[in-house]
This record gives sequence, C-alpha cells and structure tokens, in this order.
Amino acid sequence: MKALLLRDLRLAFRSGGGFGLGLAFFFLLSVLVPLGVGPEGGMLGRIAPGILWVGALLACLLSLDRIFALDHEDGSLDLLATAPIPLEAVVAIKALAHWLVTGLPLTVIAPGLAVLLNLPAGGYSWLVLTLLLGTPALSVIGAFGAAITVGLRRGGLLLSLLVLPLYVPTLIFGGEVVRRGAEGMALATPLALLGAISLGAAALLPFAAASAIRVNLR
Amino acid sequence: MSIWEYANPKKFMETSARALPWVVGLTLALLVTGLVWGFFFTPDDYKQGATVKIIYLHVPAAMMAINAWGMMLVTSLVWIVRRHHVSALAAKAAAPVGLTFTLIALVTGALWGQPMWGTWWAWDPRLTSFLILTLFYFGYMALWSAIEDPDTAADLTSILCLVGSVFALLSRYAVLFWNQGLHQGASLSMDEKENVADVFWLPLLVCIAGFILLFVTMVLLRTRTEIRSRRLKALLARERVA
Repeated sequence: MKALLLRDLRLAFRSGGGFGLGLAFFFLLSVLVPLGVGPEGGMLGRIAPGILWVGALLACLLSLDRIFALDHEDGSLDLLATAPIPLEAVVAIKALAHWLVTGLPLTVIAPGLAVLLNLPAGGYSWLVLTLLLGTPALSVIGAFGAAITVGLRRGGLLLSLLVLPLYVPTLIFGGEVVRRGAEGMALATPLALLGAISLGAAALLPFAAASAIRVNLR
Repeated sequence: MSIWEYANPKKFMETSARALPWVVGLTLALLVTGLVWGFFFTPDDYKQGATVKIIYLHVPAAMMAINAWGMMLVTSLVWIVRRHHVSALAAKAAAPVGLTFTLIALVTGALWGQPMWGTWWAWDPRLTSFLILTLFYFGYMALWSAIEDPDTAADLTSILCLVGSVFALLSRYAVLFWNQGLHQGASLSMDEKENVADVFWLPLLVCIAGFILLFVTMVLLRTRTEIRSRRLKALLARERVA
C-alpha cells in the first residue's frame, strides 16, 4: 500500500503529472477575480470565503480524471484489481495521493491568496481549517466519480457533471464556516457537519468506487 | 403470486398492456377534473389573485419530482440486489419524467414568483435544492446515454443513484443553513393546524392524484418502449449472426 502511494505521488510530481495545474488554476482565479470585480476591499472581503472555496473545488476537479484514467489505459488498473490488497484500499490510497498533491498544497497556499482577496482577519484560521477538513471529501468524492467514468473514452465532461452536485454540501458548509468565522459568528455546527461529510465519505465511498471499478473492468 | 413475477419481461408486457388503457383513462379523467375545477371553479385568493391557481401544476409536479427519484432509488436497489432487467429499465424510464416534473416545478415557480415575490429566482433553500435535483437528473441520464453495454450502464447508474440520494439529502439540509428563505412552508400536512383552505385543497388533491397516475402512465409507457428496443437490438444481433 505504501508502495502504491509512493508510486502515485512520484507519477504526479514528474513533469506532465499535473501537480502544478490545480495550484496554478487556484492562483489565477484569485488574481483574476479582483481584477474583474474591482479593487473595492469591503466587497472583496465579503465574497472572499466563497471565491476561495469555489476556486479550491474547481482546482480539485481539474485533476480528477487522472486518478484512474491513466492506470486504466496502460492496464495497471487490472493489475491493481487482482493485487493482494483489496480494491477498496487501492481507491482509498489513490484518493489520499490525489489529496496530497492537490488538496494539501491548495490549503497551504490559500492564506496567501486570501490576502489578495482581502479576507477579514478572523477568517484565516477557519479557511485553513475548513480546507484541511473539506478537501479530503473533495478527493474521495472525486475518486468515486472517476471510478464511475473510468471506462469511458471522453469521460471528462461527464465526470464534472456527475461530481458537481455531489460537491454541493461540502462547498456550502466550507464556505459557511469561513464566512461565519470572518464575521465572528458561531460556527460549530457547520464545522462539525463538514468534518462529518469528510469522514463519512472517506469511510463509505471507497466501497462504492471499488464496486464501480469492478463493473468497469468486467 | 408475488410481485417478482413482473420481473419477467413477458409477464410485465402482458400485464402492463392490459392495465395501460385503464391507467391512461383514469389519468386523463383526474387531470381534466382537477385542472378544470382548479382553474375555473375556485375563487381567486384575496392576496394573490388568480396567480394562486398555479399551485395546481406546481405542487403536484414538485411532489412527483422528488417521488420519481425515490422510485428510481428503489428500482436501482432491486436491480443491484436481484438483477431484474425490468427494474433497471424502469429506473432508466423514470429519469426523464422526473426531470420534466422538476423543470415544470421550477418554471411554474418562477412564473408565480415574478409577480408575487418580485423575482424570478431567489437562492431560497427549496429552490436551490430543486436546482441541485435537476443536476442529479442530468448526470444520471448522461451516464445512461454514455455507456454502450446495457448491464454496465445499469450497474453504474444504480451505484450513482444510491450515492446521489445520500448527497441529495445532505444538500437539502445543507441549504437550510442559509436562512428560511422566501418559499412558504408545507400547508398540506395532516397534522398541522394551519392548512390551505378546503376550496383550494380538494381540487389540489385531485390534481396530485392525477399527477401520480400521469407518472405511472409515463413510466409504464417508457419502460415498455425500453423493453421493445432491447428486444429489437437482440433480434438485429441475432440476424447479423445468422
């Protein structure tokens, strides 16, 4: 399992692995939004939590089809399916690898980009915390979507269409916590629910994704 | 005699062929009665005027939009557990009908909202959850049409339907976090003190019954079409081999 994780990470960091793509997208969005909206600080600060969360979500979406598609093309997914570790674990490891190369770096650079968007001072710690809690859910849900569309030749658009409604609760709770944090309101409930979604998705979705992969490899 | 007999496509086709004229007739009778009664023989509301009459389309369509997904969930489960093809095809057949009901609810709601709320659209919890439901229907139907092998398609769409149902419920409660919104609360419940007045309620009940039967009719018709197209494909394949 460790070998699989290291292999996925190495593949992602090599040139053409798409490691920088999500980060670059997130950066571009945070630079372009103020240019498009105008420099008025108050308004930027009010929409900053939502923009940052939407940016992180779309940046995650960009690299989803890489989770299984490349392995499916060169046949290594068949090998992984017959390997001695259960397919559910393979899915979980691959989602973890995806999170390590997209979700975690996004969380790290998010406070820097929040400065560009004039996020109020109270929001920074909550932004990092919600991204840390919420992006694993994005990766696991994305791995499920990638597993469903892995057999399709042009699955990219379909993958986005399938995954987008599944991302809705995570986005709502994530943005809500940061917004409440920035305004200094009580935020325990949405924060707990965000954590619950991540944990529930990580616990259950690998099973759904593994059964989808089994269908696709049939 | 058990319900699983209808998992046999031949039995399903025979029984549905016999039932269909009655179902269609009853649907027409109920819809015509309910809509004519609702549109022409109920008084205008003292605040909303004639626009109140849109509930005879809006409420039943919205109810069936949700119930259609529920039916797809049940038939998907039956497909996963017992692998009856009729069940998978019924789920496939129900999706466009459910999507249409969702769109009817959204459009009639917008038409009513414009004069009453002063806006076509608001990010109210109920409206937002219906928009998300539309996305789920689109995704489900797109997945069906993207996969060629019928069994693979049935399996994957069933998995998507199960996972999607959980997330649809989650979204429903997530959007409640914003605020209570503009949309009025439930006023047809059996256990509430304040409900819609009887003059509006009785024709509405007839309309709801009509929409339920309309859904049954459409799903039966579309499932029969799916079964026939499946048979046609099998015939063509056999001819090509021979």
